[in-house]
Amino acid sequence: MSDITLDAAARAPEAAPRSAPITAIGPIAWARQNLFGSWWSTAVTLVLAYLIVRWTIGFVEWAFLNAIWEVPVVNGQAQTQACREIKGVGACWAVITEKHRFILFGTYPFEQHWRPALVCLLFVGLYVVSAMRRFWTWHLVPIWAVTLTVIGVLMWGGVFGLPYVPQERWGGLPITLILSTFGLAMAFPLAILVALGRRSKLPAIKMLCVLYVELIRGVPLISLLFMASVMFPLFLPEGMNIDKLLRAQIAITLFAGAYLAEVVRAGLQALPRGQYEAADAIGLSYWQKTGLIILPQALRLVIPPLVNTFIGFFKDTSLVLIIGIFDLLTAGKTAIVEPAWQGFGIEVYVTIGVIYFVFCFAMSKYSQDLERDLNRHRRR
Amino acid sequence: MKALRLAVACAVGGLALAATMTTPTRAQQPAPAAGNAPTMDAIRARGTLICGVTTGLAGFAQPDSQGVWRGFDVDYCRAVAVALFNDANRVRYVPTTAQARFTALQSGEVDMLARNTTWTLSRDTSLGFDFTGINFYDGQGFMVKASTGVRTARELEGATICVQPGTTTEQNLTDWARANRIRFTPVVIERLEEVVQAYVAGRCDAYTTDVSGLAATRSAQPNPREHTILPDVISKEPLGPLVRHGDQRFADLLRWIHFGLLGAEELGITSANVQQRMTDANPEVQRMLGRSGDLGRMLGVDNAWMANIIRTVGNYGEIFARNLEPIGIQRGPNALWTQGGLQYSPPFR
Repeated sequence: MSDITLDAAARAPEAAPRSAPITAIGPIAWARQNLFGSWWSTAVTLVLAYLIVRWTIGFVEWAFLNAIWEVPVVNGQAQTQACREIKGVGACWAVITEKHRFILFGTYPFEQHWRPALVCLLFVGLYVVSAMRRFWTWHLVPIWAVTLTVIGVLMWGGVFGLPYVPQERWGGLPITLILSTFGLAMAFPLAILVALGRRSKLPAIKMLCVLYVELIRGVPLISLLFMASVMFPLFLPEGMNIDKLLRAQIAITLFAGAYLAEVVRAGLQALPRGQYEAADAIGLSYWQKTGLIILPQALRLVIPPLVNTFIGFFKDTSLVLIIGIFDLLTAGKTAIVEPAWQGFGIEVYVTIGVIYFVFCFAMSKYSQDLERDLNRHRRR
Repeated sequence: MKALRLAVACAVGGLALAATMTTPTRAQQPAPAAGNAPTMDAIRARGTLICGVTTGLAGFAQPDSQGVWRGFDVDYCRAVAVALFNDANRVRYVPTTAQARFTALQSGEVDMLARNTTWTLSRDTSLGFDFTGINFYDGQGFMVKASTGVRTARELEGATICVQPGTTTEQNLTDWARANRIRFTPVVIERLEEVVQAYVAGRCDAYTTDVSGLAATRSAQPNPREHTILPDVISKEPLGPLVRHGDQRFADLLRWIHFGLLGAEELGITSANVQQRMTDANPEVQRMLGRSGDLGRMLGVDNAWMANIIRTVGNYGEIFARNLEPIGIQRGPNALWTQGGLQYSPPFR
């Protein structure tokens, strides 16, 4: 490189430094090279550009320009004729205006909606705090314990003058967040234990862990939820009922645990033998070795598949609809059961999709940053 | 002389017997025959009724925009709560799916189901339930576009028919077609919204499901007049609330709440005029509203049970008009027997 510079400088010493021509760098050059490199890619670019522009215009027209944001409500009956008359050329966001509180909070008592709203904010706060590396100390344990207790108190009530709200009335976003947060928070430690157990030299423990993983992985989540909701209550003694949400929570935790265990095991296996042997050589006990040497490296390796599983489970919680729990998606579907609002599913699904996307995209973005930070030393 | 003595003895004995028979009922107020009514006792001890409903079916049970459950089935739950506690809000609604509903009742997760459930022999016997009446006579029918000019289902020879899989609907359709030697092409689509879309878009000539569902779908169309529900009904779907075997008193209560709602409509007692009718001279009205007789106590509830129910929930006609008529369901077979329907209440005495 240096000899070229020298060469150039020797030939034209009087030339002032100039930036490269616009045809060589910058967006125009990039476009020429990547989008219009040959007649074939020019054609593809033009066709795609045409389609994208058309769809964007169509979407903007549907979602904003022709949309109806509100309809009159007479005697509790929404008058949706205006929405029906536009016959789909515009979105009927009135369904969201009317039903957003039901979609977000389900059948929770209307005048108490500030409680689940606060719970959602607390969950988001908890995620943000847990994501900051500054808080990655033992402080995180009491923070989680206190927040989850506050969340429980807010949802159930019955103390501090808050009216009691039974679990069947919970619904919407809090259910989705509760199921996924508690599910993954409990499944993750379980998964680590199972992954370690599967590599154990003790045959009984190993068998047990293999059996657990293979059994749970061998059936779909739907059938586990069915077992929890339909078969399990029949085995209980008369008059004893375990809360439906708790049963679903346990089923989801067990399922997530089996999948996460395999992800963690992949990380354990990826570590070179030398790490284990070195830890043994300096005389660490099994738990010291695992906690200080093995797990920190193994987990770092498996961040992408871990987040993959997390995102998957966040969305899988919507399967609880088959056992009659009103999570975000089910609440949205129920909102459009009312005859006046039948046929406005797209608007509701788009809204719910955006909510899911925000959570999932945040998770994925965060994990990318985390991965970059933690694996800086092995960048190639 | 001997005959007279015998007669007196019989009379005294009879009185004594009558006394022993009535005394326990009075002594054990407010919950007669305690221990004999496990479900009712459990509900009283808990202070709320737990009612299994659908996860959302227009007109029958669905939460409104404020998350409050409303509908035809929901009103039956409220009526039971009024009879037990004189408070329609002391109900916890548990949404149950079609698959989980029977387990929920069997395991005691819910006290009763008011969930669009068809009364069949096997459900009544081997599943261990008691159906407490038929509060809605439904049946499978067909809807076609009015422009096709089809008048009866027999004209559907060679038609494509949209149907949802999984329930008895598909089976009924096939049975009916075979019995009537009608050839048709089924278009089977799982989700309600999509099957309706397919019918509206013209992918099939007719759409079949229960008549109540057809009426609801029809009324949700931009122009309901473009669609005709054919008069033929090809299956019987008697819907009603149900309870577990083993608590006859609770089943009795539900049964007579239904009859009471019908009787009230028949006698013209509504939520608006129940106060004036309290002083009505008609003995049956007096007995029903608890002004005379002891009908409520016989069922193990307050004598004013029916008056309270009518005041809070209304009679059968009012419940029907409030929930089902807005979605386009006509009384049809659910009219009172006096108006050519099937709804009939045994006498209140």
